[in-house]
Amino acid sequence: MAKIFAVTIILIAIASAIPIVMHMWPMPQDISTHGYLIDEQYTDTMWEAGLSFLASQFLLAFFIWKFSSPKPGDKIKSFPGGAKGLVIAAFLLVGTECLALGVFGVKAWASVYFTAPSANAMPIQVQAGQFAFYFRYPGPDGTFGPLHPDKISEANANFFGLDTTNDPDSKDDIVTAEMAIPVNREIHLLMHSKDVGHSFYVPELRVQQDFVPGLDVTLHFTATKIGKYEIVCTQLCGLGHYNMKAYLEVMSQEDYDAWIKQQAALQ
Amino acid sequence: MHDMSTHAVPHGAPTSFIRKHVFSIDHKVIGKQYYALALLAALIGMVLSWIMRLHLGYGSLAIPGLHLLSKNGAPGDVMTPEYYLQLMTMHGTIMVFFVLTTAPFAAFGNFFLPIQTGAEDMPFPHFNMMSFWVTFTAFLVLVASFFTGTGPTLGGWTQYAPLSAIGDVGGPGEGLGVVLWAASIAIFCIGQLLGSLNFITTTLDMRCKGMSLMRLPLTAWAWFITSIMGLTAFAVLMPACLLLILDHVAGTSFFRPSNAVINDQVLPGSGGSTLLWQHLFWFFGHPEVYIAIVPGLGIVSHVLITNMRRPMLSHRVLIYSMGALALLSYMVYGHHMFVSGMNPVSSLAFSFPTLVITIPSTIVVLIWLGSLYGSRLRINSASLFALGFISMFISGGVSGFFLAQPSIDIMLHATYFVVGHFHLVMGVAAMFGIFAGTYFWFPKMTGRMMNETLGKVHFWMSFVGAYCIFMPFHYLGIAGNVRRYQAFTDDYLIPLIPVHKFITIAALFTGFAQLIFVYNLIHSRFWGKVAPNDNPWEGTSLEWSTATPPPHNNFGDKMPVVYHDPYQYSVEGASTDYVMQTSTEQLKNTDEEK
Amino acid sequence: MRNRHNLAVVLSAVVLVGCAALILSQGVNAAGEGKITGTVKLDGPAPHMKGIDMSKDPYCSKAHASDPAHYETYVAGANGGLANVVLYIDGWTGAAQASNAVLVFDQRNCMYTPHVLAMDTGESFKVQTSDQTAHNIHPNPNPMTGNIPWNQSQPPGSPPVEKSWKATEFIPVKCNIHPWMNGWFAVVKGPYATSDENGNFTINNVPPGNYTVTAWHEAAGTQTQKVTVAAGAAASANFTFKAK
Ligand code: HEM
Ligand SMILES: [Cu+2]
Ligand SMILES: [Cu+2]
Repeated sequence: MAKIFAVTIILIAIASAIPIVMHMWPMPQDISTHGYLIDEQYTDTMWEAGLSFLASQFLLAFFIWKFSSPKPGDKIKSFPGGAKGLVIAAFLLVGTECLALGVFGVKAWASVYFTAPSANAMPIQVQAGQFAFYFRYPGPDGTFGPLHPDKISEANANFFGLDTTNDPDSKDDIVTAEMAIPVNREIHLLMHSKDVGHSFYVPELRVQQDFVPGLDVTLHFTATKIGKYEIVCTQLCGLGHYNMKAYLEVMSQEDYDAWIKQQAALQ
Repeated sequence: MHDMSTHAVPHGAPTSFIRKHVFSIDHKVIGKQYYALALLAALIGMVLSWIMRLHLGYGSLAIPGLHLLSKNGAPGDVMTPEYYLQLMTMHGTIMVFFVLTTAPFAAFGNFFLPIQTGAEDMPFPHFNMMSFWVTFTAFLVLVASFFTGTGPTLGGWTQYAPLSAIGDVGGPGEGLGVVLWAASIAIFCIGQLLGSLNFITTTLDMRCKGMSLMRLPLTAWAWFITSIMGLTAFAVLMPACLLLILDHVAGTSFFRPSNAVINDQVLPGSGGSTLLWQHLFWFFGHPEVYIAIVPGLGIVSHVLITNMRRPMLSHRVLIYSMGALALLSYMVYGHHMFVSGMNPVSSLAFSFPTLVITIPSTIVVLIWLGSLYGSRLRINSASLFALGFISMFISGGVSGFFLAQPSIDIMLHATYFVVGHFHLVMGVAAMFGIFAGTYFWFPKMTGRMMNETLGKVHFWMSFVGAYCIFMPFHYLGIAGNVRRYQAFTDDYLIPLIPVHKFITIAALFTGFAQLIFVYNLIHSRFWGKVAPNDNPWEGTSLEWSTATPPPHNNFGDKMPVVYHDPYQYSVEGASTDYVMQTSTEQLKNTDEEK
Repeated sequence: MRNRHNLAVVLSAVVLVGCAALILSQGVNAAGEGKITGTVKLDGPAPHMKGIDMSKDPYCSKAHASDPAHYETYVAGANGGLANVVLYIDGWTGAAQASNAVLVFDQRNCMYTPHVLAMDTGESFKVQTSDQTAHNIHPNPNPMTGNIPWNQSQPPGSPPVEKSWKATEFIPVKCNIHPWMNGWFAVVKGPYATSDENGNFTINNVPPGNYTVTAWHEAAGTQTQKVTVAAGAAASANFTFKAK
């Protein structure tokens, strides 16, 4: 029984590792400028965690195999080095592992959160609400008109609560249901929620950030690959949570210019 | 040394049925009541998870009779999105609060802590009785939300504001459902506070003669540490729930932001903060997951030692590690909030203690492995589950390395990776701890043995099945599969659906194994083999030196006196390979605690 | 055995015929009453209705691939007729109206059909979905009226749900999964009608007497007109709205 158990543990450990090693369900491709830092960090961690996982499962299996059928005269043996050795090993191995991961990881985190967007980053506002995202581009004047929550009327396509008659800045604002961005251009995303908590997650872009009701949150990133991706909500926001998404279209500058002109005409 | 243990609260054995089995102040009866409650809750939670899994794997399948469970949730047996979320919320809440907190901590702790410390009973037996009935009331209040208003809340077991604070306009169950949820949890907190108080006092003040703190078995230490955590954690959650209820019934605005708009209408509220709820919740929530697992660490150590026929490499290191886990658990809670919008500097600040907490966890695992080396391991249902626990704890623990790092968390937060992580390390591991404890202590609790063959079948199916369910969760998460989705309609999620189908089948298989366990439990309780003696596993701690099942005041007319460390196995020169704590035999062992 | 079957058939036939006769005789009774007909027009050109970007849900955008969807605040016919205007009798004191057809509020291609559903207080109506994507139906009555709000999903394949409203009110209804989806439940007392694409309407079953007819439009507001209905005849009332 114990021997079968030991073999089972080893088989499970190996079977668990196969999909990872074979990249059967890989992380979505990276289309951001900062993503490689996260991916490197992830790969390093996978090595360390994966090896710790395999080593400890194998050790467990081996000990179960070895010590489960003692002969009548067998004496209890103590692990060489005893508890002291193990504690020191834990501190050295895991301590340095943690320290290394923690310290190197700061770089990836800082690349997203501790750098300011460059001055010519393109501002786009995103509003999350049950259960859709809407986007606003400032238009030719480059400024966003103020928001009036009491003027929000989804029934009349006024998703942001703009007052286009009285606010001159709002007149040329462009509101869209899809997010299009030019490739290789830094985007400065201004995020706010209309109602409850939501989150902005684009796996390919390596960004995930919660919306905080009552607080403006910002994010900045640069996409490097033309294509169509999905923006999904990852913060439970109600019954339509699973269906809260929008498309992100990364376009060439020309395509983007044409797209924004077309959207402006639709306002 | 405290010698005040004798007759702290003397009470005679009750005679009426009600005082004996219902409103009993006997810690052993209360422990069994807690166990029964946990069993009932676990069965409900498991059935909910089957329905969820069936829906996720085979969404188009109409589950016959589903409409009976809820008025509006599943008309024509077609599951609505809100109903999935309601089941999920109830599954999570029931499992975390009413299974993982009650079974390893309140059930086994109640039954065995006083016995292992050598006490007649808990110091406040009436509080103890209240603790169970209050907890039971909390359970009824939670379940009642299935049958009232628009059903139970759909906000998840974390119940993030403002979704949980704005009322029915936010979704079905978000009005009365949330109020009942919060009321249930607040009541639950009272029950656990009363319990923790008793546990702490029992450990500190009720020990019998000769029982120094270091002579307490590891289980007693685990319960003691857990109850200290419980005292602080539940004391924060309760007021948080009360504030949430006030937002619903008294028009306050603790968690309601200004200018929230739903259906083109501005909702009342001003300046309430969603981050406030998250801080309050996770300040409780993280210690809570340790409340769920630390008793498991104790039980597994206890069971393993008895079956390895040797003490752990170091008793003290294990105790200090559990203490360090408890202490650190208050400093890491922010790792649930890396991308929540709190200051990104705090994310880093929370990340380091989170990485540091892997050190005591690793020490615990290494001590187990090191102690296994050179032991004389006995294989039975209890030790299999204890060893399975170690395997699960390792598997669930390594994924913590990823989630502890804010940069990687950007990718993995709120995905199935997290679901896989916490199910393995907290859910399955803790359940294995409960199973190990059950197979191990069943003879002491009931006077009968559990069926070993069924126990082993249960183990094999559970061990393989649980890996088949929860390992693939990690792969899904790495591929970006968001959690708390009732269907996978996004283009990039559709290729993952076959994995979901596999998991569903594994979940049904594993669930079936649990029915075998329930059968074994009930059958053995009434018709099982009678325990051959008071100490069938040849253990050393005090529960094995008293009668089976123990008498009303635990030790009959002779209170025990302790002469030895808790785990004197295979001591050189001793007459048997185990020396009980109450044995008067002189040992040559010089390292004994005083 | 055979005979029994025959007997059953005959019996049910008798019952059916009886029922039919009863229903018909009610119709005959109603013939003594008058009706109000007319047309609702929009003054000037119809306001431009924005197109709807349904890209968030590919099911919806596919359904409208060849025929782009537009908001339906103003739906005006070629001759200037204004649709979706609800006409009813102000201060109706008569009995509740027997419903002549089952009212259906359908979710089709991620739009509401009809955009405005008029009904009597207490009259039951069906909400159904013809779509292969989930919707939630979330009407927002004023809590002071006594109407109770609800919010419930209909995933594909869900059976219709039957509902009714207690008090008179114009209740906006929305789908939060598809924020552009909006419509109205116009709950009135007494006989009512909704104008069609050409602005035409007929309020049936109006007993002879003097009435104030009210015309309500979700954006253009309300107008009233006094009419006199004679037994068995049709009175006429025409309205002209200005777009706001
Ligand atoms: C029969 C075995 C189990 C199965 C098949 C199962 C399955 C699931 C599934 C499918 C979810 C929902 C994931 C999602 O939609 O995001 C879930 C959530 C959860 N489960 Fe389990 N589960 C099982 C046992 C347990 C146990 C023993 C625990 C105890 C800790 C537990 C605790 C939770 C919690 C806390 C959640 C999160 C609920 C939320 O997101 O609010 N589960 N489980
Ligand atoms: Cu959302
Ligand atoms: Cu919809």
